[in-house]
Amino acid sequence: MSAFDVNENVSPINFKEVLQPSPFQSRIDEYGIVQEWMSWNGYKTARVFDTLASEYFAIRSTCGVMDLTPMEKYRISGPDALTYLNRLVTRDITLLKPNRVTYVIWCNDEGKVLDDGTVFHLQNGDYRLCSQHHQLDWLLLSSLGFDVTIEKETHDVAALAVQGPTSCAALMEAGLVDIDRLKPFDIGYMTLNGMELMISRTGFTGDLGYEVWTHPDRALDLWDLIFSVKEQGLFDIRPTGLGALDMVRIEAGFIMPGDDFNTAETAVRADRVRSPYELGLGWLVDLEKPYFTGKQALIAENTEPAKQRLVRLVVEGNKPPMDAFLYDQKGGSRIGTIKSCVWSPILKTNVALADIEFQKGSAPIEIWAEIYYQKELEWRATWARCNISKKPFWAHPRSSITPPQKF
Amino acid sequence: MTKPVSVVLVGGGHNGLICATYLAKSGYDVQILEARESVGGGASSIKFGGDYTVSGLAHILYGLNTKVCKDLGLDISALKSSEPLNTISLQLDGNHITLGLEAVLGEMISSKDQQAYRTFKREFRGYAEALEPLMMNTPPRLKDMDRKDKFTLAKLGWSLRFGLGAKSMREFLRVGGINIYDVLNEVFDNSALKGAVSFDAVLGQHMGPRTPNTVLTYLQRLWGECQDTQMIPKGGMGKISEILEKAAIDAGVKIRTGVKVKKICVAHGHSDGVVLESGEHVEASIVVSNADAKTTLLDLVGAPQLDAMFCNRVNSIRQNGDVAKLHFALNDLPNFKGLSPQELQHRLIVAPDMRYVEHAFNHSKYGEFSQHPVLEIIIPTIGDSASAPEGHHIMSVSASFAPYDLKGGWSDSRRAFLNRVIETIDQYAPNFSSSIVTSDLLTPLDIEEQYNIAGGHWHHGELSIDQSFMMRPVHGSAQYQTPIKGLYLCGAATHPGGGITGMPGHNAAQRILSSGDLG
Ligand SMILES: Cc1cc2nc3c(=O)[nH]c(=O)nc-3n(C[C@H](O)[C@H](O)[C@H](O)COP(=O)(O)OP(=O)(O)OC[C@H]3O[C@@H](n4cnc5c(N)ncnc54)[C@H](O)[C@@H]3O)c2cc1C
Repeated sequence: MSAFDVNENVSPINFKEVLQPSPFQSRIDEYGIVQEWMSWNGYKTARVFDTLASEYFAIRSTCGVMDLTPMEKYRISGPDALTYLNRLVTRDITLLKPNRVTYVIWCNDEGKVLDDGTVFHLQNGDYRLCSQHHQLDWLLLSSLGFDVTIEKETHDVAALAVQGPTSCAALMEAGLVDIDRLKPFDIGYMTLNGMELMISRTGFTGDLGYEVWTHPDRALDLWDLIFSVKEQGLFDIRPTGLGALDMVRIEAGFIMPGDDFNTAETAVRADRVRSPYELGLGWLVDLEKPYFTGKQALIAENTEPAKQRLVRLVVEGNKPPMDAFLYDQKGGSRIGTIKSCVWSPILKTNVALADIEFQKGSAPIEIWAEIYYQKELEWRATWARCNISKKPFWAHPRSSITPPQKF
Repeated sequence: MTKPVSVVLVGGGHNGLICATYLAKSGYDVQILEARESVGGGASSIKFGGDYTVSGLAHILYGLNTKVCKDLGLDISALKSSEPLNTISLQLDGNHITLGLEAVLGEMISSKDQQAYRTFKREFRGYAEALEPLMMNTPPRLKDMDRKDKFTLAKLGWSLRFGLGAKSMREFLRVGGINIYDVLNEVFDNSALKGAVSFDAVLGQHMGPRTPNTVLTYLQRLWGECQDTQMIPKGGMGKISEILEKAAIDAGVKIRTGVKVKKICVAHGHSDGVVLESGEHVEASIVVSNADAKTTLLDLVGAPQLDAMFCNRVNSIRQNGDVAKLHFALNDLPNFKGLSPQELQHRLIVAPDMRYVEHAFNHSKYGEFSQHPVLEIIIPTIGDSASAPEGHHIMSVSASFAPYDLKGGWSDSRRAFLNRVIETIDQYAPNFSSSIVTSDLLTPLDIEEQYNIAGGHWHHGELSIDQSFMMRPVHGSAQYQTPIKGLYLCGAATHPGGGITGMPGHNAAQRILSSGDLG
């Protein structure tokens, strides 16, 4: 018996392929010059392909392409699919017509948010739910008493997000001729070179953009089709990583469950969970619709103003307010923390999402961030005034015009 | 004067009847909707084999609550035999032991064990009585307590600490969470005596003597004993329900039988009536359900009206029954070795020692029925000859363990289990099998179907610590309330559990009356 016997049953594959490859992997590897990989739901995903700045500006000024396959996708069908979904999420899904998409959140029994995502009404009574995190357990648990089929189809559907001002024009150039008819949150279907495509006018960038869905077998064909437009020298199209996405989503004011608040499933401490009202997502809660999980708790909570809120802050100055504590005045009492922040290259200011206390339901009169920063390896502290932004920091009219303008 | 508020009860088991009577006596307009042809639920008498009358499910009254009897003016004394009911634990060699409320008799029982039994009963009845404030009140919430919750807890604390005294209280806390097996091994020498006492700790439960929690279930049983209403009612348990039914009608309760409720209606989080299987809609301001928790919440209310996690908690309530009921019509009195015909009016049990009981339980852990079942046997015709034709007898048996979800299903195993029970009884009364005219076996599955108890459990759900007190039937629906406003539970599924005690019905009525929901 040799000393190595113990390891015999461990497959070497486990060490080589800890992260799952996406159907686009061979192209992603080709473009991933800096090899900055990270895990997104267990998939090998690029944080950056070449430089963060060029990817950010591709999304904001031309066209960025991102692999969406790792996003959790669930197919929800069966006779009770609609009543099931309506009991799951806080929004009224009966209002969602076929070939339309809507943004949703769902809560636990206590009315605390578990995750957010989008519901796609594919065909009559057939839905796809996309979520940030793994939700199969909760979806199955919620299915007790409903005649519904829930299938995880994350790996069975390949998807690319094509986002940016020239995304429509570039895709049309690639042959997706009719997509300029799609209104925001519309879904369209087409067959191109034998590829079955679903196109939705959706995205996480706050800009004009589409998501293109196909069978994993045709993933590389889809990629090549889109990038062929670039090869013809017509548009600059760049693959973009999660780093650039994080920048644009903060600019657009989109929250990231798990980053901006603890999801109810993962929170250990009782005060770390957040209700939709506390996240500024009260507009997604319909207390008039039929019962949904957490409704009773939310009705009760809604009678009192929220004690804390996730808010959008514009932070003055140019020091990055990463993880900064927030105070009600310079050197005053602590009232919160910054959750996500970014220097917005396009707005030329620091923008952030922050969790702060709301005394008696109203925002603090003043908010100050205490920012620690380094100057040639020496730590300094400074104060920066913060202002709550009622609207997303970045919202361009081109994102909602139909048909989109040609750039 | 009847206030313009109507209460509908889903089910008229004994708890439903009692709850309804309390509410009607307080002036409310109350209607019972019972699925079966008569009220009483588990407390009913049925005709079987032509001319024989027998208790359908419950056959021994262990302790109908005395306060309930007094409050509702129930006189059940005429149903009682003049002799107090003893338990005779059968032994193969005919050296049976007889357990009374205070004393134990038997050739094999040493004077040391006799003394130990007296002390043991006194001590444990003391514990049981100290739990009184908990039994007869809504179990206090631990979070967001109101004044009543605090008062109940204070009374409980007082009765434990000062009712029992420091030494007893310490002992109570020591034994409260352990199993009856360990306690009985400490207290007694004789294995037959231990077996007989352990029987009472596991009856009706999916538990063996070694299962933790069996001291508490034993105390629950003793609490019944403290009521002094222990009897085999003449004419069967249905007679008790007749008395309850009369009290209900006298108080103004309207009773409809043969009407099964299909749905409890909910509008804006508040129940506003029920729909019957016929499609008829019965409106009500308040709905009180005597059905078990799973039936009430998952079938009648339905998951779409409730939170997802709550539904899963309800769905996980352990409420699969493990006791079968058997009725035998006999053309001759069974001849039990070592027992006089007169002694057959007592409660006979087959639980010859704790190993026997534990082994019987082991089978059910793995989805099998006991090869050597634990039995509770009564022959009610000894004291009540009217229940059978001249010279004939009936025997009523509760047989453990017979799991609801038997491996391979019950349809192919009914005969085999029936035979195991008959063979077991034959060992003690050899002429038994030859005197059987007809027999009737109700597995937990049959109980579910005939008595509308999902799972067919004795208590509508295990009486284990995690399903007791403020967590009964389930966290999120304790204190007789449910997440649906105006919907209450009043049956055995609630605190303090099953048996013909009337306590859930009483407590639920108090809860409803103090809730303000009736205006
Ligand atoms: C095998 C067995 C033996 C037992 N032996 C004894 C014993 O010897 N002594 C003892 O004290 N206890 C005994 N029990 C326990 C006892 O029978 C129960 O705990 C007791 O009957 C519970 O009373 P309840 O009023 O809460 O509910 P139940 O007696 O179950 O009554 C509930 C009523 O609600 C009705 N109902 C349910 N759903 C609907 C609906 N949808 N619409 C209309 N009506 C509905 C049912 O038909 C039923 O009449 C035994 C139990 C079993 C299973």
